[in-house]
Amino acid sequence: MNFDALPLEDPAAQARLHARLVADAEREGLLDLAYRTVDTPVGSLLLAATPVGLVRVVYENVGHDAELTRLTETVSPRVLHAPARLDTVAWQLDEYFAGRRTAFDVPLDLRLARGFRLAVVEHLPAIQYGRTETYAQVAAAAGSPKAVRAVGTACATNPVPVVVPCHRVVRSDGSFGGYAGGRDAKRTLLTLEAA
Amino acid sequence: MDRYGAMVLRVCRAVLGPTDAEDAWSETFLAALKAYPGLPEDANVEAWLVTIAHRKALDVWRADRRRPVAVAEVPDRGRADEWHGDLWAALARLPHKQRLAVAYHHLAGLPYAEIAAITGGTTDAARRAAADGMKRLRTLYTEEETA
Repeated sequence: MNFDALPLEDPAAQARLHARLVADAEREGLLDLAYRTVDTPVGSLLLAATPVGLVRVVYENVGHDAELTRLTETVSPRVLHAPARLDTVAWQLDEYFAGRRTAFDVPLDLRLARGFRLAVVEHLPAIQYGRTETYAQVAAAAGSPKAVRAVGTACATNPVPVVVPCHRVVRSDGSFGGYAGGRDAKRTLLTLEAA
Repeated sequence: MDRYGAMVLRVCRAVLGPTDAEDAWSETFLAALKAYPGLPEDANVEAWLVTIAHRKALDVWRADRRRPVAVAEVPDRGRADEWHGDLWAALARLPHKQRLAVAYHHLAGLPYAEIAAITGGTTDAARRAAADGMKRLRTLYTEEETA
C-alpha cells in the first residue's frame, strides 16, 4: 500500500486554483511582485512588476530562476506568476520587435537603481529610437562628465533593459560596448532600430 | 510558493475530500502570502504550509458541525473525484486522527514530531496513528477495489 496511485500533479485544478489565488491576492493587495516571460528575437525575457510598475526585465543568460530568487529577497517574497499585470508591456514589446513601436509607455518602478545609476537610467529614455549616445555623453547628461566608467556600470545594471534603452549607449570609437543581454542582443536591437 | 501548490492540494484533498479542498487550498495560500514576509529563512516551509492548511481544515469541520442538516458528500467540481477516487474514498473512512497523520506524513512528508506539533499529542501517538491508519487503509482500499 502506498500513494503512488495518487498523481503528484493535477494541472487543471492547479491552474484553476492559481488563477483564483492571483485574483484574491490582487484584491487584497498582497501581490507585491507579478511575473511572466515573453519570447522575443533576443531570447526569452522575464518581466516582473510591482503595483507601481515594471521593476525588472531579465535576459535568459542572467538566469531567470536565479533572478526571481534575488527579487524575493530584494523586493518581496510575495511573488506569483501573474501574466495579466504584464500584458501591456508584453504587447508593447511585441510591437517593438515587430518594428511598429519606437517608445515604451508603461509605468516603471525604478527602486532597484539608486544614486548615480538611477540618474543614468532616468536619462536613457531621452535617447531617441534609432539614435545612440556615447558613455561620455550620457555621463555629462547625468550630471557627472567624468563618470564615464560609472555610466558603463549603470547601463550594465539597468534593471529594465530594452524598455529603458541602455542598448543605445555605445563606445566613442563607434563599437557597441558591453550589454546585459550580451553583445549579440545589443547588435540585434540596434540593427532593428536602424532599419 | 508555486513549488508547494501540488503538495498542499493533495493534503487538502486527503483531509477534507474534494469538495472543500479547493477552498481550503485557496485560503491556505492567501494566508501564507500574508504571513510570508515574517517567515524565518530556515523555516520548514512544508510544515508551515501544512500547519496553516490544518487550521483551515479545522474551520471547515467546525462549520460542518454547525450545519443543521447533514449533507451527503457529493463531489461537485473539478475532476478530483476521478483522481483515483477509491483511495480518496478509503481515506475519508479513516478515523479523524489517523486520516490527518497519514496525510501529513505520507503525502506532505512531515516527520512525526512536526505532525504532533500541528495536531497536538505526542510524537509516538502521531507515529501510531499513521501506522494504524495505513493498516486500516490497506483493508478499506482492498475492500473498495474488490467491491
